Amino acid sequence: MSDATPIVSVRRVSKRFGAFTALNEVSLDVAAGEVVCVIGPSGSGKSTLIRCINLLETYDPPGEIVVDGIRVQRGPELASVRAEVGMVFQSFNLFPHMTIRDNIALAPKRVRGLDAATAANKADVLLQRVGIAAQADKYPHQLSGGQQQRVAIARALAMEPKVMLFDEPTSALDPEMVGEVLDVMNTLAHSGVTMIVVTHEMGFARQVADRVVFMDSGEVVETGPPEAVFDRPQKARTQAFLDAVLRH
Amino acid sequence: MGFVETFFNWEVLVSSLPLLLTGLRVTLTLGAVSIVAGLVLGLFVSLLRLYGVMPLRILARIYIDVFRSIPILVLLIVVYYALPFVGLRLSPFMSAATTLTLISGAYTAEIFRAGIQAIPRGQFEASQALGLRYRHMMSDVILPQAIRIVIPPLTGNCINVIKDTALASVVAMPDLLKQATQAQALEANPTPLIVAALMYLAILWPLVLLVGRLEDRFRREAAS
Repeated sequence: MSDATPIVSVRRVSKRFGAFTALNEVSLDVAAGEVVCVIGPSGSGKSTLIRCINLLETYDPPGEIVVDGIRVQRGPELASVRAEVGMVFQSFNLFPHMTIRDNIALAPKRVRGLDAATAANKADVLLQRVGIAAQADKYPHQLSGGQQQRVAIARALAMEPKVMLFDEPTSALDPEMVGEVLDVMNTLAHSGVTMIVVTHEMGFARQVADRVVFMDSGEVVETGPPEAVFDRPQKARTQAFLDAVLRH
Repeated sequence: MGFVETFFNWEVLVSSLPLLLTGLRVTLTLGAVSIVAGLVLGLFVSLLRLYGVMPLRILARIYIDVFRSIPILVLLIVVYYALPFVGLRLSPFMSAATTLTLISGAYTAEIFRAGIQAIPRGQFEASQALGLRYRHMMSDVILPQAIRIVIPPLTGNCINVIKDTALASVVAMPDLLKQATQAQALEANPTPLIVAALMYLAILWPLVLLVGRLEDRFRREAAS
């Protein structure tokens, strides 16, 4: 991983609110095609970290985040950098007033300049890929949570981003719908999409991740291949967390 | 003279109707111009108030508060009688349209602000994460959703603007009320006033019913 130029490079990023430290000098490089799962207790800063990558959260100087060679910062280039970073949210955040197809076609039209027919076509291809081609003309509220999240994944993929961020994509889902979303993510991971996934799904992390990052109290405590982190954690905090979540 | 001949005198009605209709046309034109201009102004000010750079944000806020505080009749008289002293002489129509627009714009700005703020944060974040620029985020994602929320209060504001057009009669604008009082003086009979009152009702009552229905529908949708 160190031999290639990383797609995402997080360098000594901190974020403090008053006395509270959400992130403390976090550094993380992600290479093209790599799947990184970020795990850790609630409030450990893992969501904050990936939200910093497309600047949905600001972070304190002098930390910096570089995506595909461009520094992520306020300014005219920000929208172009964000277009290269797909994001899937816990709460889906589909546009409720648009059909599923329009949800996916909007950004390719407005940001990439695709004409309406090409964008709609692209949407249909992506819906096929996430297994819900039949729902294209429906509205988000007519779909189940699992289907909505798959649409959200398709919407992000439509921009052909350099990296996909997943912010606890299955945490708001009914248990019976978690599997269908993880299946889609699994397929993506195997098709070479660069992914950074904040998740509580330890099974998914173990199975799909190239690298697991364990965070606690705003710090990266431990990082390594899933077998190493899950089976032979080096730090007591990692061990304690895994004991708590894997006990049952 | 009986009640009917006094208040619903047919001959007076027939002879004053042309005058009343010209007044009605002026009232409706003034209302429409002020509503449309107030909408544009209000949307613009609400965006400044929410997203402008700090000094403009403060100015927008001052504008909104001032024009929601000042009595409309006072503003109208200031515009019509005081501005000429600084060389700005507006016609009665322009004075009335300016006054109504400024005040409607302030109320509309607050309505739009509430509508935009009612849109969940996730909608803004999803738009930004997709790389949409501010303009497209607002025009394609945020405003279409906000419009639905603000339609009932905006319709309510339209009702107020149309009602307030009647104040323009004090600056000699030949609107429905002014023509009705003139016809009353001319005919020495109050029938034109009664007819004018009924005309206001005929325009505004359906709008009042519409607001009620829109609010009900919106409540039902929000509940489902």
